[in-house]
Amino acid sequence: MLATALVSGLSLGSIYGLIALGFTLTFAVSGTVNFAQGSSVMLGAVICHALAVGLRWPMIAAVPAALLACAVWGLIVERIAVRPFVARGTNSWLMATVALGILLDNVVMVLFGKEPRALPSSLADDPWVIGNVGIFPLQVLVPAVGLGLALLVHLGMHRTALGLKLRAAVENPNAARLMSIDVTMLIALTYAAAALLAGIGGILIAPLYNVAYDMGTLFGIKAFAVAILGGLTNPWGVVIAGLAYGLVEACATTWLGSSSTQIVTFSAVIAALVLAPSGLFGGRTRVRV
Amino acid sequence: MPRYLTRRQALALPAGIAVGSLLSRSAMAGEPVKIGLVAALSGPSAKSGEGITRGLTIAIDEINARGGVLGGRMLELVRRDDESNPAKGQTAARELIDKEGVAILFGGIDSPVSLAIVPLANSAKVPFMGVWAAATNITRNGANPNFVFRVSAVDVLVDRALMKYAMTKFGAKKPGLMLVNNGWGESNLAGLTAAAEAAGVKLAGSEKFDDKDADMTPQLQRLREAGADTLILVGNAAPGAQVIKSLQRSAWTVPIVSHWGISGGRFPELAGSWAGKVHFIQTYSFFGPQNDVGKRVLAALMAKYPDIKGPGDVTPPVGVANAYDAMQLTALAIAKAGSTDGPKLREGFLGVENYQGLIKNYTKPFTEENHDALNENDYVMVRYNGDQIEPVTG
Repeated sequence: MLATALVSGLSLGSIYGLIALGFTLTFAVSGTVNFAQGSSVMLGAVICHALAVGLRWPMIAAVPAALLACAVWGLIVERIAVRPFVARGTNSWLMATVALGILLDNVVMVLFGKEPRALPSSLADDPWVIGNVGIFPLQVLVPAVGLGLALLVHLGMHRTALGLKLRAAVENPNAARLMSIDVTMLIALTYAAAALLAGIGGILIAPLYNVAYDMGTLFGIKAFAVAILGGLTNPWGVVIAGLAYGLVEACATTWLGSSSTQIVTFSAVIAALVLAPSGLFGGRTRVRV
Repeated sequence: MPRYLTRRQALALPAGIAVGSLLSRSAMAGEPVKIGLVAALSGPSAKSGEGITRGLTIAIDEINARGGVLGGRMLELVRRDDESNPAKGQTAARELIDKEGVAILFGGIDSPVSLAIVPLANSAKVPFMGVWAAATNITRNGANPNFVFRVSAVDVLVDRALMKYAMTKFGAKKPGLMLVNNGWGESNLAGLTAAAEAAGVKLAGSEKFDDKDADMTPQLQRLREAGADTLILVGNAAPGAQVIKSLQRSAWTVPIVSHWGISGGRFPELAGSWAGKVHFIQTYSFFGPQNDVGKRVLAALMAKYPDIKGPGDVTPPVGVANAYDAMQLTALAIAKAGSTDGPKLREGFLGVENYQGLIKNYTKPFTEENHDALNENDYVMVRYNGDQIEPVTG
């Protein structure tokens, strides 16, 4: 039973982590997040389905096209639901991003329909079996992609010129502006990257689950819990929190039964936040002089 | 004679016209009789609503072609989408009764929606005909007089049939239950537990899943470790497919017997290559030798709907067949009642004697004690072959 719970928990958990990474990116740079991150998850999966199943594009073309669309969507969210409100110094981007997400969900509902559809994948049809435990190749790919992307985010932030600019913008936006760093563009880029990460999550989960206009809601909520749990600004913390969340969820179902899953999982989230208010891995803000 | 109308006359004239038109409305021979349908026309169970619509339409076309009811009044179908949501279903039912003035309401696949409409139908004294939702207490609702009738399966009887099938077909000694986490799942938990007790088998356990659960391997693993030798599944198409995918992932080749909820959506597409492993229950199959009604209905379906090219394309057959027979029985009840008035129509249903239908030859289908026209002798076991539903042979 332990092995099944591990496999199930780690593969779902890494999806949560991947989506939550998006929250981390934008929050670190701008102090804002796209609360409708779940809608970006859905957008990636739906466009990938429309291209690969509807128009019979090969996956190798459908996936980049869907991800590009997600990135563009991220830019749109930042431009119309975040930037105007931040400029006016209000927190209304909170509601604006939620509203934009609901809008997208409903537009997709009209265009795509309400029926859930399948996104077939050869990576999710023939499981590898060891003893009583089976695993789809895709379920191995998912954590690998999750950790790989976290590494990429980390390296991007610490080893590239763009990352240096980003960190400068995080540290002191006004000073960064004086150094001719285009902070506004950087923030827009992080929104595109966040939506892209969510899109990857959506495309990876779709063959294991299904594709539907409302598929992102639950993933979005869980990913936000994971982001808070991981400490919001720490990419590694968020990925580890994602895996932990997935494991707690799977273990609760395995040993206590399905009726207690949500009770146990969200109680654990609350307990963790009481013990570590800034998240499990969210260190205090360091002020450098 | 005054040149102008007095104020009183001016007021009285339109009022008189209105009253006159109201009086003549019920008496007009040409006035159509509205038949209401509240069902899932969109969402994960949209195929169920389409099936019911098709069954009703074929029956209505036949009835209208032979001159309608009550001396020439045509039947007219008025549909509303409940989106599988009890609150929306109840609102739609109220609107159909109050605004559209339907003579009878037909229901859809979702037991929770039907259960929300039952008290409304009983208090408005408008007959409510179930053609899919199987929860036992939809018809056995304790109301007197009871305006709810059904031409469909009843959970308590289906549960007995599923248990018997698992035992005889797969030699089940310790079945495990996978049930959707809602009122319909509860209804079947009670029914299957009682059926297991009556049959003298011990259940390996019962697990619940939610409609949006992405992975059900933990629940399945619990049943596997508890020694389940067969699975009995109760759920609709999308979550049912998720159960099968999770089974496939665990490479657990356990026999699966299912209630019919899975046939209300895109189960074969969503479940993938293991969809055909599930044996599930229906009330009718358009495969094999058909009686005259079967031949006629199949021909009418193929003529009316271009996507139906043969018996396998009538999906879901249960929705089509139940709705067809229920509509024909309703026409007989209206004839018997001589009216579309609710309480009279209710009596009309109780007065129907014989009807050679699609599913069977009905004799006194409804009595004061029994409002369910079908019973466990009317079920067939089927499976998916590709997108088509075929009877299980051998």
